[in-house]
Amino acid sequence: MSHATEALLALPVAATSYANRVDGLFWALTGVCGFVTIGITLTIAYFCFRYRKGTRVDRKLPDLAAGKKRSREIEAVWIAVPFAFFLVFFGWGARLYYDYDDPPRNALEIFVTAKQWMWKVEHLNGRREINELHVPVDRPIKLVMTSQDVIHDFYVPAFREKRDVLPGRDTTLWFQPTVTGAYPLRCDEFCGTGHSMMIGTVYVMSQDAYGRWLASGSTAPTLVRLGFERFRELGCSGCHGPGSTLHAPSLAGLYGRMVPLTGGSFVRFDDGYIRDKILEPAKQIPAGYANDMPSFKGRISESDLLELTAYIRSLADTSPDVPQGNHLR
Amino acid sequence: MSSSIIDPSAAPVLETESNYLTHGYSLWSWLTTTDHKRIALLYAVTITAFFFMGGAAATLMRIELISPTPLIMSAETYNKLFTAHGVIMVWFFLIPSIPATLGNFLIPMMIGAKDVALPRINLLSWYVFALGGCFVIATLIAGGIDTGWTFYTPYSTRFSQTTVVCGVAGVFVTGFSSIMTGLNFIVTVHRLRAPGLTWFKLPLFVWAIYATSIILVLATPVLAMTLVLLAMQRVFGIGIFDATLGGDPLLFQHMFWFYSHPAVYIMVLPAMGVASEVITCFARKPVFGYRTMAYAIAAIAAFGFMVWGHHMFVAGQSLYASLVFSFLSYVVAIPSAIKVFNWTATLYKGSITFEAPMLYALGFVGLFLIGGLTGLYLASLGMDADLSRTYFVVAHFHYIMVGGSVMAYFAGIHFWWPKITGRMYSESWARLGAIVIFVGFNLTFFPQFILGIEGMPRRYFEYAPQFQFLNVLSSAGASILAAGYVLPLVYLTWSALHGARATDNPWGAKGLEWQTRSPPPVENFDVPPRIPQRPYDYDPDAEEKAGR
Repeated sequence: MSHATEALLALPVAATSYANRVDGLFWALTGVCGFVTIGITLTIAYFCFRYRKGTRVDRKLPDLAAGKKRSREIEAVWIAVPFAFFLVFFGWGARLYYDYDDPPRNALEIFVTAKQWMWKVEHLNGRREINELHVPVDRPIKLVMTSQDVIHDFYVPAFREKRDVLPGRDTTLWFQPTVTGAYPLRCDEFCGTGHSMMIGTVYVMSQDAYGRWLASGSTAPTLVRLGFERFRELGCSGCHGPGSTLHAPSLAGLYGRMVPLTGGSFVRFDDGYIRDKILEPAKQIPAGYANDMPSFKGRISESDLLELTAYIRSLADTSPDVPQGNHLR
Repeated sequence: MSSSIIDPSAAPVLETESNYLTHGYSLWSWLTTTDHKRIALLYAVTITAFFFMGGAAATLMRIELISPTPLIMSAETYNKLFTAHGVIMVWFFLIPSIPATLGNFLIPMMIGAKDVALPRINLLSWYVFALGGCFVIATLIAGGIDTGWTFYTPYSTRFSQTTVVCGVAGVFVTGFSSIMTGLNFIVTVHRLRAPGLTWFKLPLFVWAIYATSIILVLATPVLAMTLVLLAMQRVFGIGIFDATLGGDPLLFQHMFWFYSHPAVYIMVLPAMGVASEVITCFARKPVFGYRTMAYAIAAIAAFGFMVWGHHMFVAGQSLYASLVFSFLSYVVAIPSAIKVFNWTATLYKGSITFEAPMLYALGFVGLFLIGGLTGLYLASLGMDADLSRTYFVVAHFHYIMVGGSVMAYFAGIHFWWPKITGRMYSESWARLGAIVIFVGFNLTFFPQFILGIEGMPRRYFEYAPQFQFLNVLSSAGASILAAGYVLPLVYLTWSALHGARATDNPWGAKGLEWQTRSPPPVENFDVPPRIPQRPYDYDPDAEEKAGR
């Protein structure tokens, strides 16, 4: 029955330091809840035995007023004590969640597109994979995820983390693996017939091995390069490119800055804003420009959007004077 | 003291005496009745049918899950089965279970009234419920739907190839039955209490059903709106929940859980009410901390409306919203904890006997305890980001809804069975049933906690071989559980036809409903019931000395 004992070992491998912290909370909860379960069960059993009908024990109840006062005091105790424990569990869980929610700035970005029923992964240098994700050990990794159809969920039990992958918006999940190895990846939001087969593997590799892996195999163009091609194919460069005669803003050097809008407010020029402008150009118009841009809603796939965003992001370091696209060569 | 209106030695006379069951035997007399007791039985028969339909779906799923690879069905069929199981069990069994059967039967009797305030609305409510049920059966005949009972968009609106709108229509229609039942109970409790029966003399069962009714009336309309928007999006392509049209799929989840989290309390508050009646009776003790218990019911109902976001911690909800929802989820756990402690304290210095209703009620307390404590894991943000949507969640809510609500429903059915039918069931068979269900339940669902911790997502048709051992264990437990549920069906049916005649108050219970005949006359009381000084006026010491 070695299979059985293996199955009964409760926790999967913890492959990040965050996962170890989650396990700490898990055992604390299990200790307290286990103690309470056993304690209350034994108390009920003891009362049921001692006060079963016919035993010769004291059953005299206190008179009404005294009994009321006594029961209020007892109840105050069993309101206050659980509440104190609850506050600890709330705070502990919130602390973990705060870290889970907040990727570090130096994280290595990898782009994930979910669709029925596969995981498509694109690395910054253009290397792509399906239902597999290769990452280096001991580096923070930030997944930028979006869905092409329904809601999915990126769940790696060894990281003790999951995050829904939604159509029409980016969500992020970050982790810093500390142990090399292969870990199951599962879709954890019901997404249709193939839901349970929407699984994959996350390979955590040594940094050297990751470097070799990244350079080898596919010679696909980088994400930025692909984005530049989309930028031309879709006609973006006609207005936003250098030397355009149409009145549209150059995108060089804009990424990450605050942009003034018609009406006096500001918006940060980030991934979300880029996506919104491509799909809903009539909203949040930059100050000084007319609403001339056509919407690309329905004409552009999620991976096109990812590539375009990667390209526009790459323009952050360029100054508006440098002809765009030059730095690619 | 036993305050029967009729001396038990005169029992044979009862057969000739008119009661609500002998008042007309034709099918027509049942289908046009406005007697709350008969309507309760109409509901009981209907939801029992749905319970076994939902149970059949679960049985097939548990058979399939014996193997990590396909065994007896396709993935499509499996997805349709868990959807049917969820939709039927939630809306066509659990939500009406205690309120519409025991509540309908008992609320007027517990407050000394002849009927509910709006008897014809009460009948209409059953017809609407049955109509909703017809939609669901039509959906099943048309092949079933595969969205899960949560109908998440955009899967339900754009991608599912099944008859989603028909199924949604069934849930939509049956919601109106919930609203009418809730409204009826609210008016009844406010307007029809016997003179002198003040709020703090009411049994906790009445408090629980009253609080449940408030939730039914406030939350169900939101579900109705959500489902209408969903259907309009699917049929006409309006874009409320559609990201490609500028809508937001998360909005659907907010609206859905705004109803569906309070719905958990619709299922569990009545169960708490039943447990309070049964435990006090068989411990021969007044409930410990009556007022606190009543306030706890009110607090659960109120705070239950403010925790829906804890279903969405990993769904893309903002950090700050998650923090607030997590905190409030711990707050709502406090009154639930109070109730468990107070039931335990009620046993102290009692004079306890262990008839079948008491076994079911004690089983309820134990299983509700585990269900509640595992909720603490899921309310904790960092922990939920790991366990959310795994089998841990499946096990958690089955401990609350099946271990809790269904056990309590059975406790109530057994406790009031003599009053409802005028007959006794076989005590030894009933005790056996309680024990088999308790054992089968734990064997089915405890392994699922471990499966979740090990990382098995819910709604998985195929799974990694490492999960097989626990799945087989769970399926084995399910076969015991299924046998446990068939037992009461058999011995209770037998009792209804051939059981020994029940006396008016076989348990020596103190509620007003026990002051009248078994089964009660059409207008409930031959003479106005005597209003006690306080609820649960048991005295274990005196009863022991009198050698009860």
